[in-house]
Amino acid sequence: MSIVRLLIGGATPRALALLAALLAFLVAAPAFLGPYALSVAILILYFAFVGQAWNIMMGFAGQLSLGHALYAGLGGYIAAGLFFHYGIGPWVGAFVAVAVAVLAGCIVGYLGFRFSLAGVYFALLTIAFSEFTRIAFDHWTWAGGSGGLFLKVQGGVTDILNLRGGATLFYYAILILAVGAFVLCRLLLESRLGRYWLAIREDAEAAQAVGVPVFRCKMIAIAISAALTALAGVWNAFYYNNLFPETAFAMGRSIEITLAPIIGGLGTLFGPIVGAVVLTGMGELFTDLTEHLKISGLKQIFYGLALLVIVIWRPAGVWPWLAKRLGVEERGR
Amino acid sequence: MSGARLEIEALGKRFRGLRAVHDVSFAVPAGAIHALIGPNGAGKTTIFNMIAGVFPPDAGAVRLDGRPISGLRPDLVCAAGVGRTFQIVKPFKGLSVLENVTVGALHRHADLETARERAGAILDALELGDRRHQLAEALTLPDRKRLEVARALATEPTLLLLDEVMAGLRPTEVDRMVTFLRDLNARTGITVLLIEHVMRAVMALAAHVVVVSSGEKIAEGTPAEIARHQAVLDVYLGDAAGDAA
Ligand SMILES: Nc1ncnc2c1ncn2[C@@H]1O[C@H](COP(=O)(O)OP(=O)(O)O)[C@@H](O)[C@H]1O
Ligand SMILES: [Mg+2]
Repeated sequence: MSIVRLLIGGATPRALALLAALLAFLVAAPAFLGPYALSVAILILYFAFVGQAWNIMMGFAGQLSLGHALYAGLGGYIAAGLFFHYGIGPWVGAFVAVAVAVLAGCIVGYLGFRFSLAGVYFALLTIAFSEFTRIAFDHWTWAGGSGGLFLKVQGGVTDILNLRGGATLFYYAILILAVGAFVLCRLLLESRLGRYWLAIREDAEAAQAVGVPVFRCKMIAIAISAALTALAGVWNAFYYNNLFPETAFAMGRSIEITLAPIIGGLGTLFGPIVGAVVLTGMGELFTDLTEHLKISGLKQIFYGLALLVIVIWRPAGVWPWLAKRLGVEERGR
Repeated sequence: MSGARLEIEALGKRFRGLRAVHDVSFAVPAGAIHALIGPNGAGKTTIFNMIAGVFPPDAGAVRLDGRPISGLRPDLVCAAGVGRTFQIVKPFKGLSVLENVTVGALHRHADLETARERAGAILDALELGDRRHQLAEALTLPDRKRLEVARALATEPTLLLLDEVMAGLRPTEVDRMVTFLRDLNARTGITVLLIEHVMRAVMALAAHVVVVSSGEKIAEGTPAEIARHQAVLDVYLGDAAGDAA
């Protein structure tokens, strides 16, 4: 079967047309978006990308990770550290960052899956590793310790090789990552491995009885997920130019990663994207609203309430509902 | 696809203090259909779980065509040629009926398209073809039982273990399942071991019956012999008397 057929097989002409329009819009966006709108678009793509990465574990393979900040943090720190200390650019640093994050993922996965920790127990393990790492980074001087690691900001310079430049550069970098992750996930889902993940998510014992090597499939899921999340971390480090253990490995960072796919629709390809749009849009809207009201914490309350309403209103996520409205439902599988 | 010979030798299993299976031996020749019967709690499903690799036996061995398989992981037992159904059905609820069976077919056919075709053919044979796009969670219990059989068959086993797949089926549905299994066995030579309470099905299908009670084998023979066997009658009549009380 050709790659093209794998990619678009089963999609209606209407769905393909909508997808092409969306892609064209995203590619052209920096030409007509102002600086503020562009920064919002960047945030959306970032959450769509990490959401896609996390969704591989939870949405596809059914393994709840609440410690994905571990991989993003490791990725960011490794690439930023290599650049800061040795001038090694992020295109090379990313390989090292990914390797380290995959190793970390494999350790977490080995402990969790070998000893059959399921559900919340596995989630606790992922939190524990993220927390240990945060404490270790607090004391690791190479990475700047608790005082943080800062990358030099040179105004007006665009240096693609070292990922130094303005918002447009970072916009296209995260767009490529997000589109790449989407394509990868689609290909994975339409493969034996992807189907095995879904089977494990539904019932691991039944899956193993029909020949699914459950442990191996879960390990591959966590490795791919950690690798993609590490890339998000690298991008993040170079975009914001600073890293602190308290934020890079924070519980809140891990939770943030899970929200877009949960709101958009677990296990769906468009869920993380739709979720990222909804969440980021809401966040900006509430920031705007509450700024005028000058009541601290109001934004968080609005945001939390809105999440609650969405989860109650669409427990399966916004995307399945939206897809029906747009007439682009996927066929039953 | 042809059948494999199953040998069970002095199999034993304890759960904490409970002796669930003790010193059970029997064999199913290649291509035969045998039944495993006994009252609830006799240890039948535990024997299946040991064959299928869910947990290793405490004692004894399981051999498939002479090759030891006890202690292997379930997916490796499946690869060795054993397909099993679950008494408490375990459908992949959020997937369609077709995708449920496709997962099984992927075991021998890595290509998704080919696996789907195989799965579709098996569903048609089990009269589930028109439900293929429904979610498995939407199926009725009899259809879920059929789905269990379809998914196990999709792995192209040489030994099929059926754990009470007729339970909850109406008499006409039992007859259709019996016909399906008999045809399948005649066509492919697959070996079948079935745990069954529906005696109508046991009598119609099994050449040989093994009876277990309280974890031990108490009798084996042709269905006719078993029907006359005193120890079996005692167990079942005792059971019936207990039920009546
Ligand atoms: N995984 C298990 N853990 C503990 N006890 C079990 C387990 N599986 C079965 N048993 C016990 O072993 C005995 C035999 O059960 P089982 O093999 O399911 O009987 P049957 O299938 O003949 O009705 C029962 O007393 C049951 O409670
Ligand atoms: Mg049983």
